[in-house]
Amino acid sequence: MKFTHVPGRNAKHRVTLYALSTCGWCKKTKELLDSNQIQYEYIDVDQCQGEERAEVSTKVRELNPRGSFPTIRIDGDVVAGYDEDRIRELLEL
Amino acid sequence: MSVEERFSDEVIKTWERLKKEAEEAGYRLNPDRVFTLRLVQGLIENEKRYGYWCCPCRLAFGEKDKDVDVICPCYYRDSDIEEFGACYCALYVSDEWIEGKKKHGSIPERRPAKFMRDGYSETPAPPQSLAPSPQPLSLPVWRCKVCGYLCARPEPPGKCPVCKAGKDRFERFM
Ligand code: SF4
Repeated sequence: MKFTHVPGRNAKHRVTLYALSTCGWCKKTKELLDSNQIQYEYIDVDQCQGEERAEVSTKVRELNPRGSFPTIRIDGDVVAGYDEDRIRELLEL
Repeated sequence: MSVEERFSDEVIKTWERLKKEAEEAGYRLNPDRVFTLRLVQGLIENEKRYGYWCCPCRLAFGEKDKDVDVICPCYYRDSDIEEFGACYCALYVSDEWIEGKKKHGSIPERRPAKFMRDGYSETPAPPQSLAPSPQPLSLPVWRCKVCGYLCARPEPPGKCPVCKAGKDRFERFM
C-alpha cells in the first residue's frame, strides 16, 4: 500500500487516514490535520487499482466494518467519518 | 488546500445548474461554496472515470449496475436529509442544517453493507420497493393541496416541485 507521508510538527500520535480523493469530508479531515501541523500518512483508495485496491479495502473494513470514508486510525483508536470532536480529542487538540 | 483553491469553468457551470435545479425542486445545495464545488468536481471526475455520476463520498465499483443506488442523487438522499439534515456527502442539505440546528459532519452510511462488498452481484434496489403492490402501500402518497401534485416517499418534499408550496401544505393522500 502506497501511503503519502505528510510531515508535521506534531508527531505525538501515529495517524493513518484512508480517504477518497473526491470526498468532501475526507478533504475536511486532511485540512484539520494540516492546519494543526499533525504528521500523518494517507491513501486515496479510489486512486488505487486492482490488487492494491482490494488489499486496502480489506484493511479499511478491518478497522471500520462499514468500509466507509474517511476512516482514520489514531494510535489504537479508529474514527469512522469526519467527527471533528472525536478527532480533536484523540489528538489532544 | 487553501482559500486560493481554483475550479474549472465546467465545475462552476455545473454547480450553477445543479443549484438552480435543486432550488426549483425544493432542495438546497450546501451553501459552503468551496465544499460544494469540490463535490461537484468529484462528480465530474467520476463521470470521466466511470461514465456516470457516482457519489463522490463512496468507493465506486466502476460498474453502473452495482453503483446504481449511489448515482447522484442517490436513493438515500431524501431519508438522510429528513433524518440528519444533509445527504451523505452534504451536497444537499436542509434549511435546518444551514441554520446550524443539525450537527455538521459525517453521518452514518445508510447504504446496506451488502451492496458495498466485492462480489455482490445483484443490482441494488431502492430501500423500499416501488413496485405496484395491491396492499399495503410500500410508501405513503402525499398530495399537494395547492396544485394536486402527488408523490410517494417517506415524507412530503420540503417544497412542491410544481407550485413551490411548502411542506405544510401537503396532505396524506393514500
Ligand atoms: S450522498 Fe449526496 S452527493 Fe452523494 S450521491 Fe447521494 S445525493 Fe449525491
